[in-house]
Amino acid sequence: MALPPGLSEVTFADGIAEMRSIVGNEWVFDQPADLNTYRDFYSVLWGEPEEKHASAAIAPANVEEVQAVVRTANERSIPLYPISTGRNLGYGGAAPVLSGSVVLDLKRMNKVLDVNESNCSCLVEPGVSYFDMYRHLRESGSKLWLDVPDPGWGSMVGNALDSGGGYTVGGYRGHWEAVCGIEAVMADGELFRTGMGALPGSETWQQYRMGIGPCLDGLFRQSTLGVVTKMGFYLFPEPEAALSTSVEVFRFEDIEELIEIMNELEYGNVFNGMPGVSSPVLSQENPIAMSIVPEPDVMNRMVAETGHAAWRASFNFYGPEKVIRAQWEHVQERYAHFPGVKFTESSFVKLPLSPEDLERVQKPRFGIPSLDIFSVGSRGYGNFNPSDGHIWFSAVIPRSGKGIIDANRVMRRECERLGLDLFMFVPSVTCWTRSFVLFAAVPVYKDPERNRHLRDAVKEVIGICASHGWGEYRCPPAFMDDVMDAYSFNDNKLRRVNEQIKDALDPNGILSAGRYGVWPQHLREGREA
Amino acid sequence: MRLLVASAALLALGIGVVAAQEATRTGPGAPELAEGKAVYAHWCAPCHANEPGLAGTMSLAVKYEGTDIPAVLEDRTDLSAPVITFFVRNGVAWMPPFRPTEISDTELEQLNAYLTAPLEDRGAHVPLLGEEMVELNARGEQ
Repeated sequence: MALPPGLSEVTFADGIAEMRSIVGNEWVFDQPADLNTYRDFYSVLWGEPEEKHASAAIAPANVEEVQAVVRTANERSIPLYPISTGRNLGYGGAAPVLSGSVVLDLKRMNKVLDVNESNCSCLVEPGVSYFDMYRHLRESGSKLWLDVPDPGWGSMVGNALDSGGGYTVGGYRGHWEAVCGIEAVMADGELFRTGMGALPGSETWQQYRMGIGPCLDGLFRQSTLGVVTKMGFYLFPEPEAALSTSVEVFRFEDIEELIEIMNELEYGNVFNGMPGVSSPVLSQENPIAMSIVPEPDVMNRMVAETGHAAWRASFNFYGPEKVIRAQWEHVQERYAHFPGVKFTESSFVKLPLSPEDLERVQKPRFGIPSLDIFSVGSRGYGNFNPSDGHIWFSAVIPRSGKGIIDANRVMRRECERLGLDLFMFVPSVTCWTRSFVLFAAVPVYKDPERNRHLRDAVKEVIGICASHGWGEYRCPPAFMDDVMDAYSFNDNKLRRVNEQIKDALDPNGILSAGRYGVWPQHLREGREA
Repeated sequence: MRLLVASAALLALGIGVVAAQEATRTGPGAPELAEGKAVYAHWCAPCHANEPGLAGTMSLAVKYEGTDIPAVLEDRTDLSAPVITFFVRNGVAWMPPFRPTEISDTELEQLNAYLTAPLEDRGAHVPLLGEEMVELNARGEQ
């Protein structure tokens, strides 16, 4: 068993015994067979001495038990690593960042505490998965929608805390943007509520996010500062209809204006669904991995020879049929001057979905959770060479034509030079409305030699991206220090401020040590960039 | 209709759906298997259901191509409790292990009972959650 660094066996055993008395023997896991299930199954350190292992896992049933466990840990400086559903695969799973941490497994806290149909909001515990919430809404006859990420087994709370995203309407599909009200257990065991939750008797916790003074929700995003035990969300009222369309243009040089108009239309609320930008002519070999953007004349010749569009912008609308049809008409007017432009209405459905319509739509675009996305890693998916998992490389890039082209070329060239395989490569993901996020899925293997090469290559890519001004919005534990280091303005002031806050709120450094590059004081030595 | 479309798609993927097994698979199944079937529906079906385009079913179709072993776990008659337990707690390929806070040891026993029961006791294949809820709401609208 990996003991927490600097902790004696006696103190650790004493702490675990105390935690056992709090949650009950059944909910303490410290045997190898159980701890095996807490490993990060997609770890790039799998089977190596540096792999991050939990020393134990504790699964409290309620807030009071969380408080008692945190106090126990704080009194003995035992590091804790909270997880919600532990399904953050590709970004760390259920394993801690610091080996030897005790995983605080919140999966048992799975209550939907409130759904407010009038306010279009909810309040949930961290163990509530998208599957759970979707079932709850549908079985209760709610008229509210849930925005879901690709894998539906994740936690609403955990996914929002890591800034995950989905596919429906702006303001909801960036899951952190839809948060309204947080309750967290702080490192001293005290309970804290943000926004209007701090005012006893308020009925507006899920209505007005800010409350008074500095908005402290951000303390808990990708952080090491608290154990989130409740979270409020805005939910989208089910629309009357949904329309999916696309605009295809046929010249390399059309990309800049294509996106400028798309931005104006989205930010002006002409469409509300998630847009997309792709290149049919550069996706012929692999529909989920855009190939390198060639020189303009080469790309235009490819377009002429194949008939495939150079670029495709997709538009999605949710609302009353009359309104969304008028919006789509306006979008077409705005692009009518592009030579050879092609408009396509790919699907129109009235809601609620009928069983027949369900067969022909993409589930996440209708807030329906599934695990369908994992088929891309399956034997039987094209000619894909099966791996043992994947990690995500997810860099924030400018939302412009130049942004896509520059990031595509740099990533494609550098990954080829470094021998880094990508099985999914999309430079223009728009879950977060004001930028693109470049998504690249890198296959991982349970093979130390291949993973060593992968780690070195990814670290180099992080540095190259940073030199272009692109930083990752989220990453697996093995790269958290490198990514935080890249945010280096003013001698890494961002990390230094985070460390000051850490020291003030968690002086014993017991919570989520090392997450996103923020370490407690006693583990900071020698980690400076 | 949906089942027919799904079956056609499975056949297109090279997944053998044995007609004799389909014929025995109706109704809720034996009451003593209900808990295990619910565990299967929640945790396994999203990748292993009798539907096209699911990671587990697609993978097993390739793995057992040319044999008479079905791709859908609910159709298997060769699984044993130790084998199911091993895969649930250790994972395989892209499928991660499941923690005891997700599938408890008791629930794992119930799952084992379901997947090792005679086919005729298992009842109809479990639906995917989305399909189940859309059907539910469609009935409610009528």
